[in-house]
Amino acid sequence: MTSMTPAGDFRSTYRADTTIFPTRNSRIAMLVGVLVLCAAPLVLGRYELGLLIAIGYSAIAALGLNILVGFTGQISIGHAAFFGFGAFASALLVEHHVPVPLAIWGAGLMTGVVGLVFGAPAARLKGLYLAIATLAAQFILEDFFARAPWFSGGVSGRVTEPYALFNMRFDREETYFYIVLAHVVIMFVAAANLMRTRDGRALVAVRDHYLSAEMMGINLAYYRTLSFGIASFFAGIGGALYAHYLLFVSVEAFNILYSIQFLAMVIIGGLGSIMGSMLGAAFMVLLPEIVQSGVDLLAGSALDRALRLGSSISFLREMTIGAAIILFLIFEPDGLAHRWRMIKAYWKLYPFSH
Amino acid sequence: MDATLLFQLVLNGLIVGALYGVVAMSFVLIYKASQVVNFAQGEFLLVGAWVCWWLLTYWQLPIWAGFLVTLAFMTIFGVVLQVIVLRPLIGEPVISVIMATVGLSIFFQALMKWMFGVFAQPFPPMFTVERISILGLDVQSVYLASLVVSVLIMVGFWWFFTYSKHGLAMRATAFDQQVAQSLGVSVPKVFAMSWAISAVVSSVAGIVVGVVNGVSSALSFYGIKVFPAVILGGLDSIVGAVLGGLIIGVLENVAQYVDAQWLNWGNMYQIAPFYAMILILLIKPYGLFGTRNIERV
Repeated sequence: MTSMTPAGDFRSTYRADTTIFPTRNSRIAMLVGVLVLCAAPLVLGRYELGLLIAIGYSAIAALGLNILVGFTGQISIGHAAFFGFGAFASALLVEHHVPVPLAIWGAGLMTGVVGLVFGAPAARLKGLYLAIATLAAQFILEDFFARAPWFSGGVSGRVTEPYALFNMRFDREETYFYIVLAHVVIMFVAAANLMRTRDGRALVAVRDHYLSAEMMGINLAYYRTLSFGIASFFAGIGGALYAHYLLFVSVEAFNILYSIQFLAMVIIGGLGSIMGSMLGAAFMVLLPEIVQSGVDLLAGSALDRALRLGSSISFLREMTIGAAIILFLIFEPDGLAHRWRMIKAYWKLYPFSH
Repeated sequence: MDATLLFQLVLNGLIVGALYGVVAMSFVLIYKASQVVNFAQGEFLLVGAWVCWWLLTYWQLPIWAGFLVTLAFMTIFGVVLQVIVLRPLIGEPVISVIMATVGLSIFFQALMKWMFGVFAQPFPPMFTVERISILGLDVQSVYLASLVVSVLIMVGFWWFFTYSKHGLAMRATAFDQQVAQSLGVSVPKVFAMSWAISAVVSSVAGIVVGVVNGVSSALSFYGIKVFPAVILGGLDSIVGAVLGGLIIGVLENVAQYVDAQWLNWGNMYQIAPFYAMILILLIKPYGLFGTRNIERV
């Protein structure tokens, strides 16, 4: 991926090189962005807020997957299973009288441990072998959910409680939105900081050239497994937030299609880009809405009657997910984050593009 | 009583396993020729079976005609997929290629559901004799036919890769692309051909399964079941694929038997192959016949 900084790299200290926000304006822009989002419940309706909440918890999970896929260069086709594990774990903790705010983090830790276990093959396997191993993890975990009623509530699913803190209940979209926003900010800042530490840069080194990384004294097996643990931790937090939003968790939600959606978020957003995970999550959450509104627009027309659009909306959604993945891979392999950087560079450098 | 049941299950496993073997073979074919891990293999079965079903029931074609038209269609389908989707991705990292095939898989699964509905549809009956008894065991004639078809395909593959010019060109490409190219083998053509053959062979397997169980989206699960088979056999070995398919077919039936007799966990039929796969990946990731060092720096 080419750097988009204009005309040369003028950073001369490690501090400048590892900074999260390269300029003062970008820091201010980020703060303003968060503040604008804080005002969202005043303007938006419940449905739109629900979408934002979905973007939030998906973005956290997608960020975890991006650390695994984009930063460490390992493929996981079982992310939804970890997401689901986090959801069930949080519900289970709440049932054992752990307060919800703690249960979310506890669920994250539990999922992280499970991720370490399933990441153990990563110490030995690379590339597509690992992809296939995680595919197996997806089916095995799904099967475990189905047959462990003490954990998942079995076929009927598991009901859980809304988020409550200091005698306040966050059980409406307008209030729960702030909880998700807070977690999103914490997790994104954590991820951005992780990438500045030795551990984070070790992960990138493992991705870029594992042989050189090993020669520089990076323990490959340790970091490969660790990145699975981190990814699962993020997935667990995302899943727990999902659980306390819907207040009901059921096995069917966490199938392989959902795993693929997480991968699609990462690829569409941009591999190895923290903001990209957010953009990708927004894209994947909003895509079905766009399809829905497109079909609504055509409702009653001849095309609708001929193709049975209205009744096959779920298939149309799946098809657009598949098509979006393929089109992005062919035409925009660096994802939305790259496009965003290009747009920024265009404005910054106008009218001389070099 | 139990021994007969077990024997029957093993026989079923071999018959289903032969089909896995056929699908695994076409999966390995694509992997060997173009280094693409095809997660959309199951959709080849699905598309082929639905197209054949549609020709036979909607257009009322005779069986042989419908079969041939399906094969012709699948040839074009395979080539078009390779040229439009996979060719631009040559040289991209593994994950891009995997995700492209995953995208294809979702797309065609949903498309087939949209076009043909979600319910299983039976093929028109093809055999006059319902079941045959072999060695005192009842075998449905469709199962027997499926075994015959599988064996025929395997023999066909063996002949193709040992004696035909195109087969030799494909083996050369798999061995070393640059050398093959310098000897006058058109590598893009070989890529396209491998996808075409893979699509055709998988669709035959799809039609066979469709005749036995009816055509439904469950067919695409064969594309997932193929992974334990090829991992067991070794990702780049055709013999391994066949053997792996047979072993996985028997394994899932025996696992189900063990489960039903003693464990009562349920669902072992679906899950046992994946446990086996994780074990193999940990102990011997290159499989029984795979090349030892498949990953290159």
